[in-house]
Amino acid sequence: MNRINECLRTLQAEGKKALVTYIVNGDPEPSATLATMHALVAQGANILELGVPFSDPMADGPVIQLGHERALAHNTSLRGTLAVVSEFRKTNQQTPVVLMGYVNPMVRMGFEVLADQAAAAGVDGFLTVDLPPEESEPFNEILKARELENIFLLAPTTTDARIGSITALAGGFLYYVSLKGVTGAGHLDIDAVTAKIADIRRHSTLPLCVGFGIKDAQSAKAVASVADGVVVGSLLVSKMGELAGQPAEQIAEQTASLIAPLRAALDSL
Amino acid sequence: MSNQENKPTAVDYDAVPDAKGRFGDYGGRFVSETLIHALDELDAMYRKLKQDPEFQAEFDHDLAHYVGRPSPLYFAERLTAHVGGAKIYLKREDLNHTGAHKVNNTIGQALLAKHSGKQRVIAETGAGQHGVATATVAARLGLKCQVYMGAEDVRRQALNVYRMKLLGAEVIAVESGSRTLKDAMNEAMRDWATNVDDTFYIIGTVAGPAPYPELVRDFQCVIGREARAQSLAQIGRLPDALVACVGGGSNAIGLFHPFLKDADVAIYGVEAGGDGVETGRHAAPLNDGIPGILHGNRTYLMEDENGQIIETHSVSAGLDYPGVGPEHSFLKDVGRAQYVAINDDEALAAFRTLTRVEGIMPALESSHAVAYAMKLARTMDKDKCIVVNLSGRGDKDILTVADIDGITVGTTNR
Repeated sequence: MNRINECLRTLQAEGKKALVTYIVNGDPEPSATLATMHALVAQGANILELGVPFSDPMADGPVIQLGHERALAHNTSLRGTLAVVSEFRKTNQQTPVVLMGYVNPMVRMGFEVLADQAAAAGVDGFLTVDLPPEESEPFNEILKARELENIFLLAPTTTDARIGSITALAGGFLYYVSLKGVTGAGHLDIDAVTAKIADIRRHSTLPLCVGFGIKDAQSAKAVASVADGVVVGSLLVSKMGELAGQPAEQIAEQTASLIAPLRAALDSL
Repeated sequence: MSNQENKPTAVDYDAVPDAKGRFGDYGGRFVSETLIHALDELDAMYRKLKQDPEFQAEFDHDLAHYVGRPSPLYFAERLTAHVGGAKIYLKREDLNHTGAHKVNNTIGQALLAKHSGKQRVIAETGAGQHGVATATVAARLGLKCQVYMGAEDVRRQALNVYRMKLLGAEVIAVESGSRTLKDAMNEAMRDWATNVDDTFYIIGTVAGPAPYPELVRDFQCVIGREARAQSLAQIGRLPDALVACVGGGSNAIGLFHPFLKDADVAIYGVEAGGDGVETGRHAAPLNDGIPGILHGNRTYLMEDENGQIIETHSVSAGLDYPGVGPEHSFLKDVGRAQYVAINDDEALAAFRTLTRVEGIMPALESSHAVAYAMKLARTMDKDKCIVVNLSGRGDKDILTVADIDGITVGTTNR
């Protein structure tokens, strides 16, 4: 079974909420990524999203844009990201890793080559921001053939009919974008999130994680009370930017320490 | 009928884009889920209004009375004599209100915005012509307007920045990435995703996610429809060749599209060769790029071996874009249009020639088309005719040209 499904099934059985973390590969420098991935797991992250840097991260806010720029300054690539996952798997065979990014570097590598190498490296799924369901073939089938999950976004503007067609294709978990806009933006309207999640639940039994706008333990707890997990990204990427120039261990420890209160808040539910 | 089966498959130009917004392998809708609903709404509204004679009449009325259409098809007799070859005709989009073809599209999209009831419009701009055209229609309709412009372009096109401010628009300098048109487009997309409830995004070219490439084309096709009728009236037949510059490619598709089925009319799109296509420092994805996905559509792009979009180079801010409208990628692949490149130096020389020989100062973007038309005319007989889209006027570029000449214009603003 794919690690994502196993992880979420176990958490559900234990009555726990998933903490999903996002960092950008190569940010603020390549040596920091592997150390930070391990440190995040040690602090209670359940699923790691590893951002694949892109020159034009259209759906990201200023914080994560800067993370992509810092990573690209070190020539971080999609191939390099796969190498980091291979390295991570040498000492961690349990924690699911999802590659989150934009489609152009994937097109350039070729979907089949990418999926083969991702499976070999120990990647568990993809979340491709600019590959909505209508455009997701043939990638969807290519992933399925290798038991890799294709994770789709749902938004506040997603109509009921679309929820149905997206959940029919989706694997791993559903990623609900809690607000209109880009990553790291605005304030959560928890009532609106609750209402939309209820709509989504009518269509699918897949676990549902909520991201965009999780800033602290309080917002994490509020959202997790109505979802299966939360995704935190801008909070971590912002910290990693501040820590640029520090030794990798320092970056890893100080960044990962930010999720401890979120973990505690989720575990208090 | 049976001998038709032996012919190569005819391309049905009316069949693109298809229901998914595809022009053959190109186009589509590669955007985040957040934007899908807004695009669906826009698409539904456009399908309805496209069939609505009242909407079309309103559009035509604005083009006639506000933009000043039809724009003339002008026989450049002295330029023709200077070059020695085919007759060169200029489609004078530079005479439109605001000084470029861009306003044809902003008039159309502003009408869509009005029908949508949204009170705020946003736009991206490179040279500033689309920003000015958007600010203009926003002023006319009393809409709030914000224009995203790369910080590098804000510097290069200071006059247009001030024009937009005078028109009541707010110009937001984009400091991310290469600080040019592509980054302005990223930022406009982010704004739209955030403010989708009350904001209409007026895209300036035939790129972006479906339905934008189609609707911008439809609004710009007035150029080609007029040019076709004017050719028949003034020349007595269709021209032998069309020439237009291609950045995103809206002026070019506007001229080309009504002629696509006229197989005897050769079509040339002119990309920005920058320092020369062979140097890699250019903005010519159809000459030296590969298909990829950016800004919501699949098209030819300038990118590195890892699929990262690379910086482009052109003296003309309006052509400084790493992608191109998907319909141009389609026309290249099916062989209906040829895409060539003109370097900065050649464009500047054409700018000077047209200014001195005809008293018409072309935009640096349009100067690329003029430069190629001059080259092409030399290879053609004197009884042949070329129609060049003179997409914009060059007033906005005077300071750029003065800089290149090492001349300070005036003293300071004080």
